[in-house]
Amino acid sequence: MGLENLLLGFQVALQPHNLMVAVVGIALGTVIGVLPGLGGANGVAILLPLTFTMPPTSAIILLTSLYWGALFGGAITSILFNIPGEPWSVATTFDGFPMARRGEGGQALTAAFTSSFVGALFSVVLITLFAPVLAEVALRFGPPEFFAIQLLTFSSFIGLGGGSPVKSLVSILLGFVLASVGLDIVTGALRLTFGFTELMKGFDFIVAVIGLFGIGEILLTVEEGLSFRGASARINPRVVWETWRTLPRYWRTFIRGSMIGFWMGFKPGGATPASFMSYAFAKRFSRHPEGFGKGEIEGVVAPETAAHAAGGAALLPMITLGIPGSPTAAVMLGGLIIWGLQPGPMLFKEQPEFVWGLIASMYTGNVIGVAMVLLFVPFFAAILRIPFAILTPLIVAVCAIGAYSVHGSMIDIWYMLVFGVIGYVFKKLDYPLAPLVLALVLGDLAENALRQSLIMSQGSLLILLNRPISGAITAVALFFFALPLITPYWRRLRGRAVAPAQGGS
Amino acid sequence: MRAANLITAAILAAVGVLVLVDALRLGIRWGTDGPQSGFFPFWLAVLLIGCCLAIAVKAGRRASPYAFVTRQALGPVLAVVGPAAAFVVLTQAIGLYVAAALYLAFYMRWVGRHSWAAAAGLAVAFPVITFLVFERWFLVPMPKGPLEAWLGY
Repeated sequence: MGLENLLLGFQVALQPHNLMVAVVGIALGTVIGVLPGLGGANGVAILLPLTFTMPPTSAIILLTSLYWGALFGGAITSILFNIPGEPWSVATTFDGFPMARRGEGGQALTAAFTSSFVGALFSVVLITLFAPVLAEVALRFGPPEFFAIQLLTFSSFIGLGGGSPVKSLVSILLGFVLASVGLDIVTGALRLTFGFTELMKGFDFIVAVIGLFGIGEILLTVEEGLSFRGASARINPRVVWETWRTLPRYWRTFIRGSMIGFWMGFKPGGATPASFMSYAFAKRFSRHPEGFGKGEIEGVVAPETAAHAAGGAALLPMITLGIPGSPTAAVMLGGLIIWGLQPGPMLFKEQPEFVWGLIASMYTGNVIGVAMVLLFVPFFAAILRIPFAILTPLIVAVCAIGAYSVHGSMIDIWYMLVFGVIGYVFKKLDYPLAPLVLALVLGDLAENALRQSLIMSQGSLLILLNRPISGAITAVALFFFALPLITPYWRRLRGRAVAPAQGGS
Repeated sequence: MRAANLITAAILAAVGVLVLVDALRLGIRWGTDGPQSGFFPFWLAVLLIGCCLAIAVKAGRRASPYAFVTRQALGPVLAVVGPAAAFVVLTQAIGLYVAAALYLAFYMRWVGRHSWAAAAGLAVAFPVITFLVFERWFLVPMPKGPLEAWLGY
């Protein structure tokens, strides 16, 4: 049954038109991933308006291909230039850059692309298997369950996100506040507009993404001063072949990285911790951990596998529950709504061609992607040699075009600039940006789910705990919320328990 | 870093107070058919103000050895923000294509010290390509000014 659907999907994804779209998407995505200041979320946001005139399936294939391309592109800059294009490629620089400086850039890149491919493929296979099941379960969800899942989404940022839990909470709250500006669709009241007609439309998260991640990132980059002095990569079939022969040796790392990536990835903000975790595990279990950080190929394999597995997994909650697992998935979700599709479990019933076309395109996109990046590495690496004074205005102008084209309104370009400054300040003060964007996207959905739940229960919040599924999810969410409060006591308790034992021995 | 943390927390708390005031105006209780419009924003604002207080207390307690932004770093940052803001003002006045051309040419000359030929070449090529891609192929209109009007768009 599932196989049949997948075949249907391949029929869609393998149409020449859609294959071409995938190639274009990956090429653009890789360029975007390589450019400092532009990442997957941004690239998808800027290109979103261009997809309005396309059929939805081709549009989503373009965006997901862009996403894969950006993930591949991040590895190129990390390895050759020691500049992580994305936060989850930071761990790749640890061993990738030393390898490149030693003249093994080709090997490091081959290892990175291959691991990315393996990680992504692992995720896609699991998505193929689990997505229909999850969608089936989700069909029986009511408002309390959806609100519970959203609660879980945000609680995981606070409990598992690392960084300051209070600042994560502030980011989430600010996102929700921005989302509630404008017309309240339930009562028809104008909220938080204070008489300004410009505020009636509210804030579009696409504009926020472009500003926070695009402009904000440029500001952070210029601060450190830009000097691209990268290693050059010679990559030829012989290097690729010889690297591939050594890679099966690391099958354990591949499996471990894929599992960690998938597990962390379908929770929001998972790719970055997943890549670090996978790296740490690989080092821990390696036979020569002392080589890590000095150019160990396993140190490239581990984070890249996990990051790509997480990148794939982030799409799972988006297509099954309508809840994005990453800012990039959030922008795609926005696209779904604009294309006239209702995100969520009904998608599998109503738009099988779209859903399965999307899933099949993840297979084709990754195959095309790995082939393309291996072939065109020197070209992509050359992008970073474009002088800074050309790159900056180009990126700013492209961001402005992207922001304007969302609604065709000038005020959005101003918002973009303001969000850019906010992004810069927040990044410097350790306020995480991803939860802000997700809250801005999910704001209306979460509020409506909460309101409907409260209407069902006549105003009692206990409804979230009374129903079995939402109760279990809410309990986990509450646990995550409490985690930062519990941890210090837990550590102290354990510290006390350990200390006497040591004293006794 | 301490000052920056305190100022940011104060601004965010002020946002919280604004939200609180508007939520109270809208009503935060049970309406005829469910929670009133101000219900959700009210609790957001309460939590936001609480968090800002917590951040301010924690940040105020000890000075950080790091500066929020050093004097050397501020220059390059302003050199990006300033022209970018000017570009947005220009876009509003004379349309995006001409503004982008001027912005590119200015930036390449001023920051990059590229040759006039290179600056002019790119400053013309970028808007033309953008125009073809957006206005022609994908039918996404951009803000236009007198030049485009003179050309008949």
